Amino acid sequence: MLKIKNLESGYGKLKVLKRVSMHVNPGEIVTIVGSNGAGKTTLLHSIAGLLKARSGEIIFDGQDILRLTTEKIVFMGCSLVPEGRQVFSTMSVKENLLLGAYVQYRKKQKERVRADLERIYDLFPILRERERQLAGTLSGGEQQMLAIGRALMAGPKLIMMDEPSMGLAPLIVKDIFHIILKLRNEGNTVLLVEQNAKAALSIADRGYVLETGRIMLQGSAEDLLSNKDVQRAYLGRDIDSEVELKL
Amino acid sequence: MNIELFFQYLVAGLTYGTIYAIVAIGFNIIYNTTGIINFAQGEFVMLGGMIAVTMNKFMPLPSAILAAVTLTMILGALIEIVFIRWLVKPSVLRMIIITIGLSIVIREGALHIWGESVRALPYFTGTEVSSIAIGGVFISPQVLWVIGVSSIAVVALNLFFNYTLPGRQMRACSANRDAARLCGISAKNMVTLSFVLSAGIGALAGCVVSPITYVQYDSGTGLAIKGFTVAILGGLGNSMAAVAAGMMLGILESFSIWVMPTAYKDVISIAILLLILFVRPSGLFGNKEAFSLKEF
Ligand SMILES: Nc1ncnc2c1ncn2[C@@H]1O[C@H](COP(=O)(O)OP(=O)(O)O)[C@@H](O)[C@H]1O
Ligand SMILES: [Mg+2]
Repeated sequence: MLKIKNLESGYGKLKVLKRVSMHVNPGEIVTIVGSNGAGKTTLLHSIAGLLKARSGEIIFDGQDILRLTTEKIVFMGCSLVPEGRQVFSTMSVKENLLLGAYVQYRKKQKERVRADLERIYDLFPILRERERQLAGTLSGGEQQMLAIGRALMAGPKLIMMDEPSMGLAPLIVKDIFHIILKLRNEGNTVLLVEQNAKAALSIADRGYVLETGRIMLQGSAEDLLSNKDVQRAYLGRDIDSEVELKL
Repeated sequence: MNIELFFQYLVAGLTYGTIYAIVAIGFNIIYNTTGIINFAQGEFVMLGGMIAVTMNKFMPLPSAILAAVTLTMILGALIEIVFIRWLVKPSVLRMIIITIGLSIVIREGALHIWGESVRALPYFTGTEVSSIAIGGVFISPQVLWVIGVSSIAVVALNLFFNYTLPGRQMRACSANRDAARLCGISAKNMVTLSFVLSAGIGALAGCVVSPITYVQYDSGTGLAIKGFTVAILGGLGNSMAAVAAGMMLGILESFSIWVMPTAYKDVISIAILLLILFVRPSGLFGNKEAFSLKEF
């Protein structure tokens, strides 16, 4: 589905991503974990075309999308739920979702939009209740659901999410992760970027650890969860001290 | 002052206020999608009037107006595509210089084509001397045309922005450009569309107002200053507030003749502009937070 080879990207003179290679297979949840400033957002922006990468390859659906515009990439079926939700705050919930369906209108699949809207409302019943409310007046969790819903309205083959749990209460985070799992079980492919490594790895199939712009580790989610380095650095518990505690 | 004279002034104020509001809305449309002030906005108004006058020699008035609005819209699109579209993240200062440069070029071009002579479209209905009595007040039919056409334009714009796909796309772009692009919306096309719309509404205003105010190669500048004042007064980007602010400025100007010589009429808008910029840069109706969100 998505295959990245030796990707280098950054801002002006600042080189952020260094020879990043990774891939996502159809039907998988793949997670990229890493601390603040590791380059996770930079990676997603490079894939989505919001940031023009310097070199490397990004193959999506068999085509090199490195030089394509964001609009084209979305058209091909690669959608991003951006960090910090970025809903259209001055527009209603429904308008936000309809804008997400813009590519469907362009693809002359107008009939699909109504059914998709129902599907999103079933997935997030709260959005149906808030249909006419301005997106800016929603709570953080609701905005995150709206941002995910908006991306889904495009009918993407791959949905990328940038820290969907950021700034949300633990209970809401749980909801969001349940939804992501549900999406995968319905056949969607998800690339999930998270600082919340434990939660992300617990629902993911595979994972990558990104540190200062490099992929440091990769493997199945279980392997990474039980990896001592990962635990020490990202899971907020130190194995040795835990052992001590048990003694 | 008797009551009839009072209403005459009021009507005159509303008429000019309407025009200022329309020019301000032209500023707002482009400001909302790009975050820049198009200083060539007044020139669109001038071009509308000028082209319509010329076209009216060859075709009936309605077709001439339609042609003038269409041609100005095409010019608006060309200006955006040639001078603005390819810029990568231009600074606000650079955009100001570009649009001021464009306004000078258009004005000089108009001088070249039409000369210095003052022109006007005929009254749409009736003549300069005909008037309609409404409740004892005599109103020129053209005043009704100005207010009527402008009101329809404002309502149509509102419907466009709220209920059509391109309108929503433009609002999405002004709300959050990157998020709009992530929906597959071409932000660049929306900027072009905003220039087309502003040019169109400016040209339409230029047509309906020209029988009253006349039009000349440089008459855009004065209107742009008034329209800009109104846009700032209402709060940049807020078109409904611009209508209210336009009426305020129009009426204020109109009644200023009571207390000071006519020659000072134009001073009012400049004074208001400076005052607002010093005291309340977010405008009368704008709130500070919304203003600070814009990058301007
Ligand atoms: N717009 C930008 N301009 C310049 N540097 C940036 C920009 N965005 C991020 N950076 C830098 O790039 C690095 C990676 O940032 P980012 O990709 O946002 O990390 P993460 O999403 O993993 O927290 C950081 O050092 C950050 O300071
Ligand atoms: Mg980030």
